Amino acid sequence: MAELHVELVAADRKVWSGEATIVIARTADGDIGIQAGHQPVLGVLESGPVTIRQADGSVVIAAVHGGFISFADNNLSLLAEITELADEIDVARAERALERAGAAQDSSAERRAETRLLAAQRRD
Amino acid sequence: MGAQLRVYRRRIRSVSATKKITRAQELIAASRIVKAQQRVAASKPYADELTRAVSAVATFSSTQHPLTTSVERPTRAAVLLVTSDRGFAGGYNSNAIKAAEQLTKLLEDEGKTVRRYVIGSKGIGFFQFRDVDLAGQWKGFSDRPEYSDAKKVAGELIDAFVTPTDEGGVDEIHLVSTEFVSMLTQSPVAVRVLPLAVEETDEPPAGGPFPLYDFEPSAEGVLDALLPRYVESRIFNALLQSAASEHAARRRAMKSATENAEDLIRTLSRLANNARQSEITQEISEIVGGANALADATAGSD
Repeated sequence: MAELHVELVAADRKVWSGEATIVIARTADGDIGIQAGHQPVLGVLESGPVTIRQADGSVVIAAVHGGFISFADNNLSLLAEITELADEIDVARAERALERAGAAQDSSAERRAETRLLAAQRRD
Repeated sequence: MGAQLRVYRRRIRSVSATKKITRAQELIAASRIVKAQQRVAASKPYADELTRAVSAVATFSSTQHPLTTSVERPTRAAVLLVTSDRGFAGGYNSNAIKAAEQLTKLLEDEGKTVRRYVIGSKGIGFFQFRDVDLAGQWKGFSDRPEYSDAKKVAGELIDAFVTPTDEGGVDEIHLVSTEFVSMLTQSPVAVRVLPLAVEETDEPPAGGPFPLYDFEPSAEGVLDALLPRYVESRIFNALLQSAASEHAARRRAMKSATENAEDLIRTLSRLANNARQSEITQEISEIVGGANALADATAGSD
């Protein structure tokens, strides 16, 4: 299957880069799946988990908090201020953050924590 | 021990203590420059991708966005100055403040009222001491800025920019920070952050011409989300560069302070040796003089 090159970039570091067969991300209009040869696209991402499926069947999951997706010439970039691979997420810490955000009624922090937990669940 | 010698010894001790401190500061700064430079490099992929995306949208849509439209007769401007929280960095802070003051004067000569925003205790202290009103001030992250810090600052500036002028908003935003040119050179730079200038060039964009993108949800929607991020990323980059410059300036200042201390210790040791020697000489001549006088006195009594 044809592959595309994926770069997952956060504001302060490059999180992941490699080849993939399909990438599924959530834009403002709904989930979008991109395979090699897709039409060039530039979209706004919602906070949510991003799934990167590789040729050997392994899956990379990342929690993306806002940001952009851009695809052209078989190069896909996912840009976000905060991006974490699911493997890096500390579930206990995210749960604590969710509780704290809920108590403080901080909706943006609450959404961040929820996104992390969602990504961590997909990993397991 | 004579009074003179004691004074010299005391000064040598105190200069040695200062030298230890400056040497330590120099080593700390040197190790932090590398880290700061790595952070500048690590933030580059994001900034590059973002610039490319903004250029792509700007190429394909003629959308007028509030952040790219300039007012016909700008009357109020904001200047954001980036300084450090700590001193001991040679001319770093005063150079940045000087550059900001020059820009402020230039803007005022053009008939604009200037609102000042300052990052870093040193800059805040400078203006507070002179009783200058600050529209916004932030501190506590100058030597290790995080993206969330840049976001906080950018948010406030963008708010001020989109507020209509007669309600206290500003028409343009300038940024004065220090660019990290090399280990030895750090130069203050002033750039206009907002309104963003869309420039028509014939040069092909980096990485080839832009393909015909499909915009999700729409070109306007993408631009709406992109531009604030772009401003944040510009400010974040300025903070990182300034942090690297701060460490480099501190390393150099502390290096010359250590060298000065060494010079001072050398000179003082010479003076101290001199004083000790003349003390001994004096003592000897006193003893000899005393012995002679005693001998003369005994000879006289005979």
